[in-house]
Amino acid sequence: MLHQLFTFKGGVKPPTNKTQSVTLPIAAAPLPSRLIVPLHQSIGGTPRPVVQAGDKVRKGQLIGEADGWISAAVHAPTSGTVRAVAMQPQPHPSGLDALSVVIEPDGRDEWIDRQPFDYANATPDDTRRYLQQSGVVGLGGAVFPTHGKLTASRSVAMDELIINGAECEPYITCDDLLMRERAADIVRGIGIFRDLLQPKRVLIGIEDNKPEAAAAIRAAVAELGENFEVVSVPTRYPAGGAKQLIRVLTGKEVPAAKRSTDLGVQCFNVATAYTAWRAIAYGEPVVSRIVTVTGNVHAPRNYEALIGTPMNELLALAQPHPDTDGTVMGGPMMGFLVPTPDVPVVKATNCLIAHADRLFPPKAPEMPCIRCGACADACPHELQPFELYWHARAKNFGKTQQYHIFDCIECGCCSFVCPSRIPLVQYFRFAKSEIWAREREKNAADEAKTRFEFKQFREEREKAEKAEKLAKAAAAQAAKKAAEAAAAAAADSSPAAPVEAAVDPTQAAKKAAIEAAMARAKAQREAAQPKNTDTLNPQQAEELAAIEARRQAAGLTDAAAGAAAVDTTREAKTEE
Amino acid sequence: MDILLAIAIMALGAVVLGAALGYASIKFKVEGDPLVDKIDAILPQTQCGQCGFPGCKPYAEAIAKGEVDINLCPPGGMEGVQRLADLLGREVKPLDAEEKPKQIAIIDENTCIGCTLCIQACPVDAIVGAAKQMHTIIAGQCTGCELCLPPCPVECIRMEAIGENIDNWKWKYPVVEIKAADAARPAIKEAA
Amino acid sequence: MSHYLFILVGAVLVNNVVLVKILGLCPFMGVSKKLETAYGMGAATTFVLTLATGASYIIDHFLLLPFGLEYLRTLSFIVTIAAIVQLTEMVIAKTSPTLQQTLGIYLPLITTNCAVLGVPLINIANGNGFVESLLFGAGSAVGFSLVLILFAGIRERIEGADVPVHFRGAAIAMVTAGLMALAFMGFAGLDKYQ
Repeated sequence: MLHQLFTFKGGVKPPTNKTQSVTLPIAAAPLPSRLIVPLHQSIGGTPRPVVQAGDKVRKGQLIGEADGWISAAVHAPTSGTVRAVAMQPQPHPSGLDALSVVIEPDGRDEWIDRQPFDYANATPDDTRRYLQQSGVVGLGGAVFPTHGKLTASRSVAMDELIINGAECEPYITCDDLLMRERAADIVRGIGIFRDLLQPKRVLIGIEDNKPEAAAAIRAAVAELGENFEVVSVPTRYPAGGAKQLIRVLTGKEVPAAKRSTDLGVQCFNVATAYTAWRAIAYGEPVVSRIVTVTGNVHAPRNYEALIGTPMNELLALAQPHPDTDGTVMGGPMMGFLVPTPDVPVVKATNCLIAHADRLFPPKAPEMPCIRCGACADACPHELQPFELYWHARAKNFGKTQQYHIFDCIECGCCSFVCPSRIPLVQYFRFAKSEIWAREREKNAADEAKTRFEFKQFREEREKAEKAEKLAKAAAAQAAKKAAEAAAAAAADSSPAAPVEAAVDPTQAAKKAAIEAAMARAKAQREAAQPKNTDTLNPQQAEELAAIEARRQAAGLTDAAAGAAAVDTTREAKTEE
Repeated sequence: MDILLAIAIMALGAVVLGAALGYASIKFKVEGDPLVDKIDAILPQTQCGQCGFPGCKPYAEAIAKGEVDINLCPPGGMEGVQRLADLLGREVKPLDAEEKPKQIAIIDENTCIGCTLCIQACPVDAIVGAAKQMHTIIAGQCTGCELCLPPCPVECIRMEAIGENIDNWKWKYPVVEIKAADAARPAIKEAA
Repeated sequence: MSHYLFILVGAVLVNNVVLVKILGLCPFMGVSKKLETAYGMGAATTFVLTLATGASYIIDHFLLLPFGLEYLRTLSFIVTIAAIVQLTEMVIAKTSPTLQQTLGIYLPLITTNCAVLGVPLINIANGNGFVESLLFGAGSAVGFSLVLILFAGIRERIEGADVPVHFRGAAIAMVTAGLMALAFMGFAGLDKYQ
């Protein structure tokens, strides 16, 4: 069936390098030696750990509870013992640590008692909560908690539900094989999304370099009697970007300030649909994902790897060549070199590329920008990378925002085409993180200012209240004194002695309170006996005596107490 | 005669212009000083007093009047000096004091005696506690002004630098590492 | 009609007050770091220059010439200009305090702007009538603003550029101004149409 396709400006066509890893079917990766499951694996709040070191867990057991609505739960990928809940290095370009649960597998790979979800009788909200508790997140790379995307806009009807099977980045083939082998489950999962969002149409976009996958999905759609449209989109990087795919399939352009649901469109990855179906039909939370292991390896292949598998163990399965000098998580355009080889596979890991200078020749140093405009031609969002570069370089972040730097999806097309070999995306990432840091600082400063002003207001208020109280008390005292004086004058026939200036009653009260406190403190001191003086050696006893003498001289002790202390020392001496 | 005429003409001109200006100065009178708010928005609001003024607003007012330099605020750092210079068109000067990394205060709970002196000292009410109860500092609200350290009678408060964690990590400015060429390797790679 | 048009075009481009007559360089260099201040300064100078030209013509024609007090020209013009600048300052303080703060000292310095004094004197030297003087004054001010805004735009881009250390700041600004003056020399060919 013909479907009108639109096009997006820009994009590049790098060599796809996908044929190496699609020759073999998905293999199940064996159990690794240990599993490091980071708690924060999705956008949003960090899940709270619900296990501690020493606990025994089963496969699929909840180990991290979702924190808030935009957050997804985390589960144990296999059965075993929790070794630690500690800070572990993360697969993040910074190489910093975050809280993770380290599990030692017991080899039995025992599941929890899996119960299918009663989907037929559940409300949409129940289904969303269940998906959140099953840890279903976007597996296309953004790892946004899926349940947060399954609500249509109140004001705009949902026109199209788009399923992203494009997989445009070179080297990555995990979605391709998932579609070829597990098409039925994917289509059923799409059905769940369709039920929750009620779109007018469901479009499944697959790049035209994946004819087998498209055929498999078409067959599954036909078999299940659904009316989903499988559309082949022209192969061009980044056609798999959410906004790009939405544009190609529907012609709609989603601006940065709006959500796609505001235009009646929502987009999910095929793997997300698959995990949603596994959770609902089989009660299986997200504990594994397909990872393409390719690059400088002998046997590139797709593996179904457990979340938390150390990357070096997974890479070893594909037999990397000896000149491999690093691992790239993700594809060659948007991926990054992981800081240490044993960081864990997380829900966002779609591909591991063994890096070698032979395959990825290092870039020569950058040269000045010649303003050729090739980057602007290549940008899929029609931005002006040369302007963004100029201002990010000059650290003029206000101007970068004027040129819409936050619309940049960091796809890497501009860096790919730059004749001066300028690493444009690095400059944009630098500018974005600086802008976020400034915003955080500004918010902190605004908060501090508000608190400071409130504190000043509170102090003024307290002072005013105190002054009022004192004034009232003084007035009461004065009235009392006046009454007494009047009474005395009436009793006395002699001329009334001039009433002495009433001593400020609060002063008197204060003095009395202070004197009482001093007396109490004195009594306490007197009552206090030096303790632990039974087994003193002569040197200690001498020191004690000297101290006591000093204290007496300073007038800090009562003579009696001092005598008692001296007595104990004499006792100790006689004991020796 | 001529000279008197000249003086008269000039005097007439002066009077006319003076009257016009006088009228204009009343008509275009400006109340208040919105510049102070703009300067205050740039200052980091730590209310630490290191500039010599009791808070950020008084320092902003002094800057607006032109009484003080713009380089007296260490928590704002050189960046704050730069932004003030941009706003006011003044010269960028190096900071008066040394720039310290961002710090927060932490109370050692074993030593705290519950005297509430630090609570009274904190300008942003970031310390929670009561008399004879444990005091604690809300890390998210602490501005690192160090005003709580002197009043503590048992010196149980210390400053700790906020390290980089995965939430506040920033991408670094792209730099190219210049490495010495390896003489053993060929300069031009041959196709594999 | 074409006579007035030529005066205007002549004042804006051919005899540009900054780049050809080399007058008014002080605010040109001092206020052109940012585009926003350049707009503000351009507007302020246009206001001052037009008013000053008109007022100077009136003073010269009705007060000085009839009484033979030509020697008081400079003095009376400066006093008038000072008053007009003072008025402008008050208006700007009321309408845009930020602009006043950003222009800083350059706002009162419009008084000593040699272009603001020079244009009325050139008018007298050329023997222009009232309308011609006003046109020439306004045209010169527009030319000043134009060049100021162009220069500010270039300087903002230079801020992000890799300028050799010893050229940064005033040096590269001077080089740029010189190149702009070279470019404006190209307009000299328009003169033959006058």
